[in-house]
Amino acid sequence: MDYVERLQHVAVLGAGGKMGSGILLLTAMEMADLSLKPQNRSKEFVLTAIDVSQAALAGVINFLRTQVKKAAEKKTGLLRGLYADRQDLIENYDIIDQYVADVLALVRPTTRLEATYDADLIFEAIVENPELKVKIFTQIDHNNPKKPWLFTNTSSIPIHELDEKAKLGGRIIGFHFYNPPAVQKLVELIKAEKTLPELVEFAKTYAKNLRKTLVPSNDFAGFIGNGHFMRDALHGIGEAGRLAKDMPLHEAIYMLNKVSQDFLIRPMGIFQLIDYVGIDVCQYIMSVMNPYVKDEDLHSDLLDQMIALGVKGGQFADGSQKNGFLKYDKGRPSGVYSVDKKDYIPLAEFQARSDEKLGPLPQTAKPWKTVIGDPDKDNTLKTFFQELRALTSLGPDLAKRYGQKSREISLKLVADKVAQCEEDVNKVLLTGFYHTYGPINEYFN
Amino acid sequence: MKKLRCKVYMTAGCNTVSFGTGRKEFNPKKARPGLEKYIQDAGQGTLKLIGGAKNVDEGVIGNFMAARFNKQANLPAFMPMIDEGLLWKPAISTEGACCSGGLAVVAGIRSVLAETGDVVLTVGFEVQNTVKAIYGADILAGAGWFQDRKAGHAYYFPGKFSDRAGEYFKKYGREKTRQAFARWYRQAVENARLCPTAQEYHNTVKDLEAQAMTEPSASAFVEYLNVFDCSKVSDGASAIAIMSEEGLKKCGIAKKDATEVVGWAQVEADITKPPADLTQLETSRRAVAEALACAGITPADLGTVECHDCFTIAAVMSLEAIGLCKPGEGPDFILQGHTARNGKIPFNTTGGLIGWGHPTGATGVHQAVTLWEQLTGKAGDSQVIIPKDRPYGLSVNMGGDDKTIAAIVYKRAE
Repeated sequence: MDYVERLQHVAVLGAGGKMGSGILLLTAMEMADLSLKPQNRSKEFVLTAIDVSQAALAGVINFLRTQVKKAAEKKTGLLRGLYADRQDLIENYDIIDQYVADVLALVRPTTRLEATYDADLIFEAIVENPELKVKIFTQIDHNNPKKPWLFTNTSSIPIHELDEKAKLGGRIIGFHFYNPPAVQKLVELIKAEKTLPELVEFAKTYAKNLRKTLVPSNDFAGFIGNGHFMRDALHGIGEAGRLAKDMPLHEAIYMLNKVSQDFLIRPMGIFQLIDYVGIDVCQYIMSVMNPYVKDEDLHSDLLDQMIALGVKGGQFADGSQKNGFLKYDKGRPSGVYSVDKKDYIPLAEFQARSDEKLGPLPQTAKPWKTVIGDPDKDNTLKTFFQELRALTSLGPDLAKRYGQKSREISLKLVADKVAQCEEDVNKVLLTGFYHTYGPINEYFN
Repeated sequence: MKKLRCKVYMTAGCNTVSFGTGRKEFNPKKARPGLEKYIQDAGQGTLKLIGGAKNVDEGVIGNFMAARFNKQANLPAFMPMIDEGLLWKPAISTEGACCSGGLAVVAGIRSVLAETGDVVLTVGFEVQNTVKAIYGADILAGAGWFQDRKAGHAYYFPGKFSDRAGEYFKKYGREKTRQAFARWYRQAVENARLCPTAQEYHNTVKDLEAQAMTEPSASAFVEYLNVFDCSKVSDGASAIAIMSEEGLKKCGIAKKDATEVVGWAQVEADITKPPADLTQLETSRRAVAEALACAGITPADLGTVECHDCFTIAAVMSLEAIGLCKPGEGPDFILQGHTARNGKIPFNTTGGLIGWGHPTGATGVHQAVTLWEQLTGKAGDSQVIIPKDRPYGLSVNMGGDDKTIAAIVYKRAE
């Protein structure tokens, strides 16, 4: 079965979710592009979108329509070529409308798992629950006579475990998109011990056609991305706890969030990132990873406490941010949650005091947005960190410890053979987390 | 050669801002003024300088594609909206793609020559930011032959001029020509920085030539041109009053505040036929030759020129079409600095289409306004020196791929 044949009958599980809908979008366009080539015109292409929620599936169709249109507007030149023999399609307007119609025509939304029974390729993006994944994979494999390939989007569960427990005989691979899949360039590729080489070959071609940056990760719980993120988050939480001996916890959370954003020139502070991913998701990923790690405890009482109080973060259906550690007004932090008061304390009440404790930013400090687009980024960062190293107030001290810890975590990922090399860790943080520099650097020595 | 049967003057030019990307206040997500506001602002600006609408006999409104950009036709009926003093007076609209403004000016000249009016209010406008660029490309492709659209590029006109650039590179060399493109771009932006209504007025890029030397990318755009070789998408309007001698008197305008049209030509090529030689603007060449002959002058008598630089390659070929240099020598002419504001013959002194902007239907009128400003000493920071022995200004406005051309020669009225 060649690349095209493999992509003729595809299913996406969890297609109504944020990751699933993105995977559905990218796969639908890849399949449509193949189906439009003259040699494939007579072939059947079917993409089944499966989700437990009818409402989510209805939303997905609208999402696809908008997103495919946007994508088509960016690749109209290519599409004009694909529709060259369609004399009725003349203007860009005609071409783009037809492409949206053709992509949507491939997609069959359903709530029935049975729809996977004749798929050759299945993308899985359901909830991060090992037992549920194993149960569903087993059921599909039992009923699907075509020996389908499974591409799981798990960000933390070891692939070999899913393979063994669902008895897939190596027909599974970790293909971990970053959120949102349509935008983020990074995909972590995780080959289990028994993963068939054909899956790896296919995955490489598929990623290339989707213009994704593929970083191989070894099959350890959490892989590279969450391997770094979860430990990085625990460091931030730990530091906040340490500061909270001398000040209210919500102020410490604010300060660590500011340090990890402005003093480290990252796109968002660590508590904002936890909110973005979802406090519940972070808690769950840690619980999935924890049984597999030795010598450390990937667990946070503070996360448990927040969940118990019903504060979860994550996003609304329209993509806007829910309140978590921080309160958001039009996407911008405006307050911090106090576990004592069980309410948000407006930033205005303590921000000035906290900023004074942190001390000023280096004079050469620039916002992340400026640095990420700076053609002379390396020099800008070099000057900035040189200055930061020379400062001795609380903010720079916390930043230095943070940078050193991030480096330590990354080097351990290489030492533990989660990542194959230092460069791969840097690449994941640069392309998956939009950091302006890789964690393995000389800035904090 | 035709002779002008009476004197034709222009005065009281007015431009709105050329609005679009590049202007600080432009935000694609925010609501923008519609065509009404542009027509009104430019028209009222001119009326104020000529003693009001009561002095106007006729109106002309130049526009290319309001029918698609704004779903609006029957444009002459917008004239009375400018000022109720225009109610019940005659008006027409002109369309000739990007030469629509040039045709509006020519229509005004014709009215004065035909003695149907002594004062003609001429307005040109386009409001293009209503659609994304990829759809705007469809709409602008209407300047070409629709039977050719299917075979054309997604960005139809950049594709057409990219083909011309490719052919020019092949014949005369790529490197020097691209350097000339970059120099042209730099001069356009530097001139625009002196003109507050220009789209590139806020441009602060330091090394413009280096930026303009960005390698073209066929996969991202077109094969032989980059985005700096192209004029941008613009919303804008320009207006000017075209008058007879009696008109000037009626409005109380002194001759020193007016330009005189000393020659003009308007030429059409067959839209269904491709150009015989991609490296030349044959229709432009004919129009300019005819206009200069009408004025009884040669290219050597020109003090300044407004040419139709919708693309840098069009600028290069314009120099050759005007007759300032031989075919293939356009790049040298630019690189030697002759077209710079302090050069032998300053071109596009408020930025031209690339620097000031290209609200398509306004462009021909904007050219008339810029030459009026320059020749009467009203160009402010943009002012260049008009040599006494070369007192003439030339405008060349082009519609489509060198299909509809209006060329007009001016001097300061005496």
